[in-house]
Amino acid sequence: MDNIRNFCIIAHIDHGKSTLADRLLESTGTVSGRDMQAQLLDNMDLERERGITIKSHAIQMDYSKDGNLYILNLIDTPGHVDFSYEVSRSIAACEGALLVVDASQGIEAQTISNLYLAIEHDLEIIPVLNKIDLPGAMVEEVSDQIMDLIGCKREDILLASAKEGIGITEILEAIVNKVPAPGGDPNAPLQAMIFDSMYNPFRGVEVILRVFNGTMNKGDLVKFFNTGKTYNVDEVGILKLNHQPVKSIGAGNVGYLVSGIKEAREVKVGDTITHVDNPTKQAIKGFEDVKPMVFAGIYPVETSEYEELRSSLEKLQLNDASLVWEPETSAALGFGFRCGFLGMLHLEIVQERLEREFDMTVITTVPSVQYHAIKTDKSIIKVNAPSEMPEGNLISHVEEPFIKAQIITKSDFIGVVIKLCMDKRGTIGNQVYLTADRVELSFEMPLAEIVFDFFDRLKTISRGYASLDYELIGFRKSDVIKLDIKLNNDKVDALSAIVHRAKAYEWGKRLCVKLRELLPRQMFEIAIQASIGSKVIARESVRAMRKNVIAKCYGGDITRKRKLLEKQKKGKKRMRQIGNVEIPQEAFMAVLKLD
Amino acid sequence: MELRKGYLKDEPVESIYFGGGTPSLLEESEIRLLIDQIRENHSVERDVEITFEANPENLSIEYLECLKSLGINRISIGIQSFNDLQLKYLNRNHNANEAINSFENARRVGFDNINIDLIYGISEENTIWQANISQALDLSPEHISAYCLTIEEKTVFGNWHKTGKLLGINEETGASHFESAHTSLSKAGFQHYEISNFCKPGLYAKHNTSYWKNRKYLGVGPGAHSYDMNTRQYNVSNNALYIKSLNGGNFSSKVEKLTTIDKVNECLLTGLRTIWGCNLEEINNKHGIDLLEKKIRSINHLLSSGLGKLDKATLSLTTSGWLIADKIVSDLMID
Repeated sequence: MDNIRNFCIIAHIDHGKSTLADRLLESTGTVSGRDMQAQLLDNMDLERERGITIKSHAIQMDYSKDGNLYILNLIDTPGHVDFSYEVSRSIAACEGALLVVDASQGIEAQTISNLYLAIEHDLEIIPVLNKIDLPGAMVEEVSDQIMDLIGCKREDILLASAKEGIGITEILEAIVNKVPAPGGDPNAPLQAMIFDSMYNPFRGVEVILRVFNGTMNKGDLVKFFNTGKTYNVDEVGILKLNHQPVKSIGAGNVGYLVSGIKEAREVKVGDTITHVDNPTKQAIKGFEDVKPMVFAGIYPVETSEYEELRSSLEKLQLNDASLVWEPETSAALGFGFRCGFLGMLHLEIVQERLEREFDMTVITTVPSVQYHAIKTDKSIIKVNAPSEMPEGNLISHVEEPFIKAQIITKSDFIGVVIKLCMDKRGTIGNQVYLTADRVELSFEMPLAEIVFDFFDRLKTISRGYASLDYELIGFRKSDVIKLDIKLNNDKVDALSAIVHRAKAYEWGKRLCVKLRELLPRQMFEIAIQASIGSKVIARESVRAMRKNVIAKCYGGDITRKRKLLEKQKKGKKRMRQIGNVEIPQEAFMAVLKLD
Repeated sequence: MELRKGYLKDEPVESIYFGGGTPSLLEESEIRLLIDQIRENHSVERDVEITFEANPENLSIEYLECLKSLGINRISIGIQSFNDLQLKYLNRNHNANEAINSFENARRVGFDNINIDLIYGISEENTIWQANISQALDLSPEHISAYCLTIEEKTVFGNWHKTGKLLGINEETGASHFESAHTSLSKAGFQHYEISNFCKPGLYAKHNTSYWKNRKYLGVGPGAHSYDMNTRQYNVSNNALYIKSLNGGNFSSKVEKLTTIDKVNECLLTGLRTIWGCNLEEINNKHGIDLLEKKIRSINHLLSSGLGKLDKATLSLTTSGWLIADKIVSDLMID
């Protein structure tokens, strides 16, 4: 146990976390040059392309120093606010953290909130200033920020360039020297925490865990604390590049267990594993049932693909337990599913994975947060979709979720950032200068306002120099109403949205304009209307198609012409017919693109 | 022609068309050889229509007389416009005077079935187009083909468009030019019988009509297409390769076998361009596909919005339907 070091990497997107992880794997010989590929831990295509970590990953490295062999468990964490709970559990599995900061960018909000999490869990923080080779590197300045933040000395900060391989040995040395060996008693009752899971179609769910006390052996009968389910441990192992079965995993170590679990839902991140005989008395603190923050309907473009969509969602859920869904019916779109997501990025990821991995073409309806409609008898109706909002006379009032947002930006942009947050119904709290020109601003604002394009707009107005982190702080009374969209007098429920009354007119107008751009012209004019109840508040129209015919169609043109029109027809398949209007897939996401 | 003589399965030839490219490059003897070959390999109907396509600058009295003597009985002149600026803009080799002269020459030589090709949608204003129509009517041709200028990628016009040498027009202009052609020519006694074709009563272009009425045809020459009701074939379009394959005594073409679905879709796409429309009952009898049942919603919409007509089982489009025929056809197509 003395030779084990468990650590994670805290870094903002693009600050070089994955590249650093790659270098550590290489220089400890965990992966040979032949198996090496960039961002090795981000093994989802989507992660590689977007350069972000979506799932947690863990990998074990061996490192020799002074004749001793050390086991280094690197626990890679997702890098987006949507996944902050997963991050907190990964942090709870470690004793140390590398704080990686891009020397040309400085510290960002996401880094700070994760850093606080790490400090809360008493992790030893090893500050690493990355990308020092870049011409724009501000080594002095960013070092000052780090020293302010964690109260370390300048000489504690390691200078590195993961890309160039600079400082890698120093980092490994620091992990061994500074990160404490795990505590825990190998002879105490078993206490292990789940911090991730993976689905393997042949073996079922692989549970990734950290043992705090006791020892888990192959063949043990174990119990999951929160679900109460028991399992036979078919296999335990350690997380080398390829999983390597072992007889047992002792206190302090990280590994996996396989038990033929079919349902990812049974494996909850943060849950405690113990023995059925001689169980631990105490679960590991910090477990939460992950709750979705954003809801949206997902429908197949082809109505006949409903069952296929269901089975795709089921398979997706096998390795994404945070995705929840239930069947839903829409007058406009037919049968589909109301899905709950951790946030907008999670929604996008699910949509993209459905398209890529399952070849499904789907329509996603207007995302919404969960509102509470409070009835006159004080009972609460949870409203996840505009269609579930009860009529005004049936309820006393509506409450919506509020968040506390932390935004870190350059002081030059304070004005525009405050204005943006005010526009989004925010109220400003603290303003803290982290350094002379970096400010941390706190706001309280409705979650619904940041669901849409808030983050993009924040980035734009601050020219990239702003970062955001938020946490839910509760529900507050709010004057929201349901806004409906009609196309040629047919209500399109999938385009309905719940919006604040003060913003309804603006919203309705902009949505109508956006739809006018996105709806292809058809044989007839299309009237677009936005209404609250029966009152129309905005209207636009798409003029009828005037001319669409090829001039010549003689003997040599027929084949080509037929194929051309067949192609047009195929394009139509990505559209949904509502009443007599064809609506392209992207129109349903129009609300996300209102500027 | 020798190699392909079996293609039409002894069916008599009703029409012959010299077109696609510049047939007026041919000399008298060459044209004679071709016609003789056709007569040798096929039975040719007594009232066969033989059309010769040419640009105005090539239609001298002498050349026209030679065409006449060869039995050619229909001339199609690529006039495009009677406006010199437009002709220049389109990079044509003739001017308005030559256009008028070529027509008058043809008449003088005795051709009583002449087509004029015109192009609209060249520029936004309608006055030049109106003037072009009037000028064409003054000549009193038997047939007028009026095409909207089409700018397609990877063509000469496409490249000009890209470099700004050729401007596009907006959809509304194209539509209004189409409508004014329909109005003016109908008033002058022409029948608007296909989207781009007008004729004096009964004087349809026999040859082109056969494309829309699903008749067999044999195309000869590089890039030429042929159709035998079951397949469409197209010859290799590279001249050198074409000649090489012929010299080798084998004939090189691509063959596309038509499925039932293809056949039905082609009926829609060709038939609905004409006043004769598509006989849905005939399609059902022949191919076992009941469009009236399958596409009832779309068809009803066409009828109620004045874009289409249904006469017994024959569906056809109105003039306003023709303007968006591609959209309508792609909606009606089956898969």
